[in-house]
Amino acid sequence: MLKLKLNGVDVQAEEGWTLLETARFYGLPIPTLCHYEGLSPYGACRLCLVEIGTGPNAKLVSSCTYPAEEGLEVRTHTRRVSAARKMVVELLLATCPDSKTIQDLAASMEVQKTRFKVRHDDCILCGLCVRMCSEQMSGKAIGFVNRGETRKITTPFDIRSEECRLCGGCMYICPACQLRCQGPDAPGVVCGSCLNVSPVCLEEYEDALCYLDPCCQCLKEEVKKK
Amino acid sequence: MDVDLKKVSTIVDKYQGAGGALIAILQDIQDEFNYLPPDALKSVAEKLKIPLINVYSMATFYKSFSLKPRGKYLVTICLGTACHVRGAKNILGEVKKRLNVKRGETTEDKMFTLETVNCLGACALGPIMVVDGEYHGQMATRKVDAVLEKYKSKGEN
Repeated sequence: MLKLKLNGVDVQAEEGWTLLETARFYGLPIPTLCHYEGLSPYGACRLCLVEIGTGPNAKLVSSCTYPAEEGLEVRTHTRRVSAARKMVVELLLATCPDSKTIQDLAASMEVQKTRFKVRHDDCILCGLCVRMCSEQMSGKAIGFVNRGETRKITTPFDIRSEECRLCGGCMYICPACQLRCQGPDAPGVVCGSCLNVSPVCLEEYEDALCYLDPCCQCLKEEVKKK
Repeated sequence: MDVDLKKVSTIVDKYQGAGGALIAILQDIQDEFNYLPPDALKSVAEKLKIPLINVYSMATFYKSFSLKPRGKYLVTICLGTACHVRGAKNILGEVKKRLNVKRGETTEDKMFTLETVNCLGACALGPIMVVDGEYHGQMATRKVDAVLEKYKSKGEN
């Protein structure tokens, strides 16, 4: 067993666990997009960022790929982490503004609008479909092609692959190209079907103090009472 | 286009079917055929027992691999900072005009393929143009014709 600190609390993790697994084991909600149980961790979406280390050495790492280490100090909900996640979700929102999955993620993080130019792509290159195809469906029909700006996911030579059995696993798992948000608002605006309130704790303290899921549950209950 | 798969087979065998040698194998195939024919990629994947998509990803990732047939001579023009300030753009324009092709294209007689590169690391020689692996430094628009002619006559013989 490894001993580490999670938000100031002494916790234990099994050898080989990632920080994400450890945090989830202790019930701390960390948002993820490219992570999927049963597929290998990939670290593409950067939504699961957590802060490790102390003082000036503190840095942000993706918790889905970072292994739990003896004596590590991990903070999952600091102001810095929160700001980084919001930035990531804004960027994702700019790429695929109509995706329901991304819209929901944004709403849950109190992001209502993206400041970036909206692109309307169908892909965020999270690699979920590629891993689904090769790891669960043993198809190995699709993969990343080209690089940089022109990087995309496709079959060899952009033609129907002989390996592909049309199982639909890639479409089932895609967070970007399938479910569309049916909200009435313009693209790039989160439709707000979820109540958007900022966590008050972060304004007063460096760390979020409670882990009510979803965040701001406290405020919502107060709103209800009124 | 027919591809001699025996040649591909010999190249793969040379590396004893090691999956880690994929880049080296693709380089050798490119040397042999001047580009990477689709059938050759399929054959490589089969022989190495790796998914075709992995071979295809690798072949499209690196700029030095080409999936389109290339001309006999590769004309590379450096557009790095040093060459740029010394007028590489004019050289590129001149070559484009002479060969009547755009970047990444091959002339109709399959003699030249035009490509650009962001730096060749020979900035003192700029503006620089490489034809068939030979460096031509201190290029000027009026020198372009002579260089291309030289290779053209060499290629025709």
